Amino acid sequence: MFKWLEKNLPKIVMAPAVGLIGWFVYGFVLWTLYISFTNSKILPKYELWGVGQYVKLWASRKWLISVDNLLVFTALFLIFCIVIGIILAIFLDQKIRAEGVLRTIYLYPMALSFIVTGTAWKWILNPTLGLQKMFIDWGFENFTFDWLVNREMAIYTIVIAGVWQSAGFVMALFLAGLRSVEDEIVKAAKIDGAGLFTVYWKILLPMMRPVFFTSFVILVHISIKSYDLIVALTQGGPGISTTMPALFMTQAAFHKSQVGLSAASAMMMFMAVAAVIIPYLYSELRRENAR
Amino acid sequence: MQDNIKSSSYKELEQKSKYTNMFLRWFLYFVLILFASYFIFPLYVMVVTSLKTMEEIRQGTLLTWPSSLNFDSWLVAWGGRGYGAGDTFLRPYFWNSIKMVVPAVFFSTFIGAMTGYVLTKWRFKGDQWVFLFLLFGCFIPFQAILLPMARTLGTLGISNSVVGLVLVHTVYGIPFTTLFFRNYYISVPTELVKAARIDGAGFFKIFFKILLPISAPIIVVTVIWQFTQIWNDFLFGSTFSFGEAAPIQVALNNMVLSSTSVKEYNVDMASAIIAGIPTLIVYVLAGKYFIRGLTSGAVKG
Repeated sequence: MFKWLEKNLPKIVMAPAVGLIGWFVYGFVLWTLYISFTNSKILPKYELWGVGQYVKLWASRKWLISVDNLLVFTALFLIFCIVIGIILAIFLDQKIRAEGVLRTIYLYPMALSFIVTGTAWKWILNPTLGLQKMFIDWGFENFTFDWLVNREMAIYTIVIAGVWQSAGFVMALFLAGLRSVEDEIVKAAKIDGAGLFTVYWKILLPMMRPVFFTSFVILVHISIKSYDLIVALTQGGPGISTTMPALFMTQAAFHKSQVGLSAASAMMMFMAVAAVIIPYLYSELRRENAR
Repeated sequence: MQDNIKSSSYKELEQKSKYTNMFLRWFLYFVLILFASYFIFPLYVMVVTSLKTMEEIRQGTLLTWPSSLNFDSWLVAWGGRGYGAGDTFLRPYFWNSIKMVVPAVFFSTFIGAMTGYVLTKWRFKGDQWVFLFLLFGCFIPFQAILLPMARTLGTLGISNSVVGLVLVHTVYGIPFTTLFFRNYYISVPTELVKAARIDGAGFFKIFFKILLPISAPIIVVTVIWQFTQIWNDFLFGSTFSFGEAAPIQVALNNMVLSSTSVKEYNVDMASAIIAGIPTLIVYVLAGKYFIRGLTSGAVKG
């Protein structure tokens, strides 16, 4: 008995973690999947109902707006974060004085919660006392900046705050990438007469492909899950103009008693994340095995 | 190696005419400082707004320096005005968050250390699949587990409680803590462990005598990562708790959104700073470890 225990001790130690994840991750996702095929309203029902919830979901105007917003947000969030991140990383890589201080400033928003970020930007962007008033007081009398309360533009305020929070992180990834490049490669290029611009554009940036890939995956992942920032900044408004899938899901589940519909929306989010993550994990594992 | 890259690119700049060189340098610093001001601007605005009176806020602009250092709104944000019902302030929720963070960070880190240890030093058939099995938990959108989690907490009788949130954060932290410890222990030579086993040391003795003493860096990374994630969480906090058991981010959001007669932006900003200060302090004191955690586990978002 004691021998058996000793022999299997490692597996026994692993058991709680495997059990917890098995139940709380896999079990729960399967439960949600099952419920998405039922006609559950306020409480879960267990008789199958087919794909009705998915049909309802994709016929819902609010869901379509959510998906539309998510696409716009993801595209802009990705472009701005990566462009700003790369510019900052390359510039910081030029033997800059006070590099440490600048790096700290670029990255500190990452330590704040999205609720704190949203609260701060909500105050800055409010049309009565915020940026708009600042510019008017400075003499630009016709200056208007009402994106926060403008149906057409409110989604871009979420982009502004989101980029503010995450661009520094992309900078950190690229800076680490640039600094891990072998010096000989750069030297050889220079002997061939390549200028600084060419060195970055033609040699270093193409070598950063894995970093691009990682940033892409992480940023898309953040954006699909965006929830807190929207709650704090616009609450999906004005109207439902800035709603997103994560917001749709919690509202359907906990405010509107549409448990089945919310499970369907959660599964759509799950599939979107899986579509990005599975190729990523696959390539990471291949890289690790190749080593 | 790093210095070489920098000095070679610097040398290149030097080769050009001095004039272009100077212009480039100025441009470089100009852009870097421009971005620095974009990043620092909200923090500056938060701090000065929290120190102003509402009268000053209405008269000046976002950037106006406060006429005096007035900490009244901080006191109101932390301890309220003392008129009872409807008087929301952060102090009790701050303690809720502490009571939630400390055990959740401890349990998830401990479990992660154990699984990381087994997965690298007591390998068994199929251990890589077990690792993948756990790793997948880093990526799931939590929306896919919210509904069953809410029901489970209800069944266990710990919904709307700090205990419930400790459970939730411990469980969903395990994939990350496992990832951290596994990646760290994999670089520790297995020979050390083998030698100890030949000497008759057991499972736990090897962990506590050999691995734990060299684990300080990864423990720091893991604790900081878990602390930041759990302190900043809003989704779980707002879904599984309300009223008195809410953690600080939920309370902050409620405070800012509660539309009483007059909006007090100075109190809002003071509250936001109070909710952000613990993680900011960790970032400033241990930035290096913070970044290391970010780059290896930031998939959570």
